[in-house]
Amino acid sequence: MTILVIAEHDNNELKPVTLNTLSAAQAIGGDIHLLVAGSGCQSVADAAAQIPAVAQVLVADNDAYEHQLAENVSKLVQGLAASYSHILGASTTTAKNMLPRVAALLDVNQLSDVMAIESSDTFKRPIYAGNAIATVQSADAIKVMTVRGTAFDPVEGAGGSAEVVSLSEVCDAGSSRFINEEIAVSERPELTAASIVVSGGRGMGNGENFELLNKVADKLGAAVGASRAAVDAGFVPNDMQVGQTGKMVAPDLYIAVGISGAIQHLAGMKDSKIIVAINKDEDAPIFQVADYGLVADLFEAVPELEGKL
Amino acid sequence: MKVLVAVKRVIDYNVKVRVKADNSDVDLANVKMALNPFCEIAIEEAVRLKETGVADEVVVVSIGSKSCEEQMRTALALGADRGVRVDTGDGLDSLSVAKLLAKVVEKEAPGLVILGKQAIDSDNNQTGQMLAALLDRPQGTFASKVAVEGDKVQVTREIDGGLQTVELLMPAIVTTDLRLNEPRYASLPNIMKAKRKPLDLLTPDELGVAVSSNLTLLSVEPPAERQAGIKVSSVDELVEKLRNEAKVI
Repeated sequence: MTILVIAEHDNNELKPVTLNTLSAAQAIGGDIHLLVAGSGCQSVADAAAQIPAVAQVLVADNDAYEHQLAENVSKLVQGLAASYSHILGASTTTAKNMLPRVAALLDVNQLSDVMAIESSDTFKRPIYAGNAIATVQSADAIKVMTVRGTAFDPVEGAGGSAEVVSLSEVCDAGSSRFINEEIAVSERPELTAASIVVSGGRGMGNGENFELLNKVADKLGAAVGASRAAVDAGFVPNDMQVGQTGKMVAPDLYIAVGISGAIQHLAGMKDSKIIVAINKDEDAPIFQVADYGLVADLFEAVPELEGKL
Repeated sequence: MKVLVAVKRVIDYNVKVRVKADNSDVDLANVKMALNPFCEIAIEEAVRLKETGVADEVVVVSIGSKSCEEQMRTALALGADRGVRVDTGDGLDSLSVAKLLAKVVEKEAPGLVILGKQAIDSDNNQTGQMLAALLDRPQGTFASKVAVEGDKVQVTREIDGGLQTVELLMPAIVTTDLRLNEPRYASLPNIMKAKRKPLDLLTPDELGVAVSSNLTLLSVEPPAERQAGIKVSSVDELVEKLRNEAKVI
């Protein structure tokens, strides 16, 4: 049994989430090969070869793979697939874009966002925004899956010396073209990557009042989010939404301000390590999941909190 | 240009799902169902393309039992012109749905196929990509902007940490993310009108697709429960707890 893992990278650096994906591959068992598909990605291949868990690094270095266009990379992976029992990628937008394409080309299903390995063919994955956990068995000849990075501890990144094999085959579908990329350079961290998130709900009253949260966030180096109620009320834009229909976050600290705790919001943040709720309604459901609840008027409590940080 | 939109009937996003006592699945008996939120965004985008003259027809497709016609009528009330339902059981896997959709796309020959990026029940985020692969067409997933120009479409995609724009040769497959648009509400006259819009029926046999699955759902469990913590009486106490007890600031 040999497992192919798709490396997550930007042509310069191997992304740490690759180490978590490799950990899931180790839990399945067998030899592990790591595919680095990119352009001018030698430094990534070098880093990949250092990982002790990896037996072989496959490098496909060509312009066609520079921007991880799913149309091209999926065909490359399809061509390699016959040698593997499992093909794994991280639950990132890159792999989520590409791997279902691979699965369909191989006429198999994909298991998305796997969070536990029960055996080589049985896996646990969240459904209904994590409100239920499904155990699924796959009889497909090749198991294609994306893996939730936070569910697996990373493997060692250094000390190994894997064999590096260059792939010469070029798959260019010619039907898609990269135009540009805008990677956000905000003072604040990105919502899904932040270790602290401060979110506001309908209780904020209006969009201007979110400035109170921005000040707290700036002191903590936190991202600012919102509940769907606050987005629907037009206080803040949709991309700030935390919840089942918004972003899923799991920071070390989540501060919910003026958020009642609707199910759809809880689905997006209940995996946070520590949850703080500030709400004037002591019966608000948010207090049932909060580690620390403060029943108070947010317009007094939040400025006070900011002053004391 | 014709735009085809695939939609799914799912549990309403405001309903808390419960796992059945025998852990066989979630309990959907007597639960409020709705149009999947991402599919609603897909319909809205297609209708806007028609309103701006880019598209001339919007066809809504759903795969499932008769009950999903309720959600198809919602899509028709939002502005789709006609519907096609492929009559199957509910809960098919993504690959089967993609195979059936691929056949419908071959029949209808749309310039653009728009789907939600994922359904909020199975949370798979696969069908659009699989459909694109089966048709050997390009894909613009997690779209926050769609701009059609001639025989090409530029799709701005929500990727980790930012946005990426790609240009696709049409016919192309687009899957929607949240920021793409804010869906309208169906007006009462449009809801009435939707009842008279055509809704055709197809079977997997007619499409030449054998529906089966290699996936078996062994069990469904509720996630580990989160315990309610403590109430603090002041901001001072909160800051003290966060610093010294939780050690997160």
